[in-house]
Amino acid sequence: MTLLKVNNLSKEFGGVRAIDDLSFTINPGTIHSIIGPNGAGKTTLFNLITGVYTPTTGSVIYDDEGVTGFKPYELASRGMSRTFQNLQIFFNMTAIENVMVGAHLHLNRSFISSFFGLPSIKAGDANCRETCLELLDFVGLLEYADTDTDSMPYGALKRLEIARALATKPKILLLDEPAAGLNPAESRDIDEVIKKVASRGITVVLVEHDMKMVMEISDHILVLDYGRKLTEGTAQEVRNNPDVIAAYLGG
Amino acid sequence: MGAEFLQFLFSGVTLGATYALVGLGFSIIYNASHVINFAQGEFVMMGGMGTVFFLGLGLPLPLAILAAIMLTTMFGFALERFAIAPARGASVVTLIIITIGASIVMRGLVQVVWDKEFHSLPAFSGDDPIHIGGATILPQSLWVLGITVILVIALRYFFEKTMMGKAIIATSLNRDAAMLMGINVRFVLFISFGLSAALGAAAGILVAPITLTNFEAGIMLGLKGFCAAILGGLGNGMGAVAGGLIVGIAEAMGAGYWMSEYKDAVAFVLILLVLFFKPSGLFGGRGTERV
Amino acid sequence: MMNLKSPRTGGLLALIVVICLLPLFLDNAFHYEIAILIAFNAIVCVGLNLLIGYGGQISLGHGAFVGLGAYASAILTMNQGWNPLLSLLAGAIFTGFLAFIIARPILKLKGHYLAMATLGMGIIISIVLNTEDQHTGGPDGMYVDGLAFMETQMYWYWFVGALLTFSVWASLNLIHSPIGRALRAVHGSEVAAEVVGVDTTRFKVMIFVVSAVFASVVGSFGAYYSNFVTPDIAGFFHSIELVVMVVFGGMASTFGAVVGAAILTILPQVLTFLHDYEHLVFGLILMLTMIFLPKGLVPSIAGLFKRGDKK
Repeated sequence: MTLLKVNNLSKEFGGVRAIDDLSFTINPGTIHSIIGPNGAGKTTLFNLITGVYTPTTGSVIYDDEGVTGFKPYELASRGMSRTFQNLQIFFNMTAIENVMVGAHLHLNRSFISSFFGLPSIKAGDANCRETCLELLDFVGLLEYADTDTDSMPYGALKRLEIARALATKPKILLLDEPAAGLNPAESRDIDEVIKKVASRGITVVLVEHDMKMVMEISDHILVLDYGRKLTEGTAQEVRNNPDVIAAYLGG
Repeated sequence: MGAEFLQFLFSGVTLGATYALVGLGFSIIYNASHVINFAQGEFVMMGGMGTVFFLGLGLPLPLAILAAIMLTTMFGFALERFAIAPARGASVVTLIIITIGASIVMRGLVQVVWDKEFHSLPAFSGDDPIHIGGATILPQSLWVLGITVILVIALRYFFEKTMMGKAIIATSLNRDAAMLMGINVRFVLFISFGLSAALGAAAGILVAPITLTNFEAGIMLGLKGFCAAILGGLGNGMGAVAGGLIVGIAEAMGAGYWMSEYKDAVAFVLILLVLFFKPSGLFGGRGTERV
Repeated sequence: MMNLKSPRTGGLLALIVVICLLPLFLDNAFHYEIAILIAFNAIVCVGLNLLIGYGGQISLGHGAFVGLGAYASAILTMNQGWNPLLSLLAGAIFTGFLAFIIARPILKLKGHYLAMATLGMGIIISIVLNTEDQHTGGPDGMYVDGLAFMETQMYWYWFVGALLTFSVWASLNLIHSPIGRALRAVHGSEVAAEVVGVDTTRFKVMIFVVSAVFASVVGSFGAYYSNFVTPDIAGFFHSIELVVMVVFGGMASTFGAVVGAAILTILPQVLTFLHDYEHLVFGLILMLTMIFLPKGLVPSIAGLFKRGDKK
């Protein structure tokens, strides 16, 4: 039973094939990594799966439903969530407010209730705040709850994005380079968080350059090069694959 | 029928040339600083009103024109130095309001230092209409068209062949890279504003003999010049020129063949159409946002 | 948001206190006229601030919505003999509907393009109001009957005071709700908002319509109060005035919008003694404030207190 299936996916940007005839599957409850040299198309792939880009050809099947061309918010309501390589934090809000936005689909969104400030809104928000504080604690950011995000350190913001993505109560979480720009200590923090997320039964798909992290936590690795699948398999299989070694060292 | 069409065409092209110059001024400033200069119309107004003033002081027409252009250019420099540069990094809305404030200040100054009356300038080479193909065209219109063509060609040369011009283009493409190449970006901004102001003033002077000028003359002209710039593609100088001509001709045709009361609406309907279907303008390229 | 309740209810109480105590300081009909005008402008600005300050969009054509409400009321009551409150409702529905249709294509644009599109829309509407003179009375405007049960100016004062309080209260409610946070998220990062389930287009359209309806309602009541409407109300200058009030007072601040409306309604009155210098001085004040206090008055002043609090 697969959670996510990508079939013959291709994306062209004016003549450049960023993703070329890519197919793979992701099983539920696994940590699945996507690696490859810079420019291999990893973020483009994420954008295609999460609806930020529309594929030129090919299809995406999520939870047995064809979701090709669905908008990101439609995928969010189906339990897909992600973080961004270039932080997309809501800098006009505090940390906890960022996480509370993540819970958007689970809250009362009635205009009339909001306009008149009905008690159900206040109760819902109070509840939400509690849950979100737990999430901040989960990623180790409880102390920053009411801090303005524009005064938080970079490493903390990377973890905040994860907390926000978790607030959507996802079935599958896509993390785009969660350790990018972090020092070894911060990377270890993120590592721990990812393992905790997976232990909650959430399927994790990871794009990473940090090989140590990837080899250590992944159940399955997909290697991309020039938008195409180079190979896939377990950490052991991939590590020893001569094509992978060549691609990274420049062949 | 043919003569009527020709008549509308002539007035449309004359008007269009004015819009083209105003739009060109917008583009130059937008390119250099990504600021929409809502005071551009006031530069146009200052050209015309300034010339009237200097004529009143006794200067002969060519000197009065020169003085007016120089005065307006000073205002352009002042706007950049005292209003835009200190506000760098402010949001789009804030910058828009700053330039609107500048336009109010300039109208206020003209109102106080000169007056609120309507004025006219003498035509450069007389008022006798010329007859072509059953339609008439004022000699002043030929001046408008001729000078506009000369200015556009001169600017083309300036941007493509001179160091300063190329520096302006480099800054508009990538400000940081330009700085790293040793281009004095602050100076480029400064010059751009001055150049735009001078262009605006020229437009105002060319047109003043045909239409009357007063302290409020810049408002609609500015807005329509803006439409010309958007039509052609914000930041595309030649596009602005083409846009100006299109707006001018469409206005004249619309007023002549359809409803003259809705003449002013034409420019704005055109930009709504462009913005809905091709926001980058008729001659603008396409872009994608990187996530 | 327990700790945010204090400034929120505090601000609301302060507003109510000001409205109740102000009559002690107002001496004549002209003073009351200004106060009522401030309230009208403030209500439009509170709505516009939701769009500009919180939603991060821009509109340089909102005067047109005020004008549509005003003329809907004028035309329906005077030319068609409708009941004034029904006319107001019809105006609000029509304006809301028009805003809804325009919003979708316009709000796909961003930044300068959005500014220009709203500008174009506003100017076209004002030109139509100016030109269709057999319905609208043209540039000279038209006379409008007042509301029968509003017998004196004082009635109007208390009524718009209450309406303003209600608008501020409702705006604060919206901000401090999931919808409000989603709106701010759209401003913060559209793509991230989409990814957590916010249909950003729908939200932008919603807030555009809400702010348009605020404007329309004010336009209608304003017409009944002044007994007169002219196309200027829908024009470019009025639209710009409204944006300036919002930005001047402080974007993403409901009370900022009220303060901005108050100051910028009073300022021209105060400056009239300068006669011809009025515009010059006004323009200079505008420029200087925007250059040195780009966030607007209320957030900049609040920022000073915050810095005092931080250890």
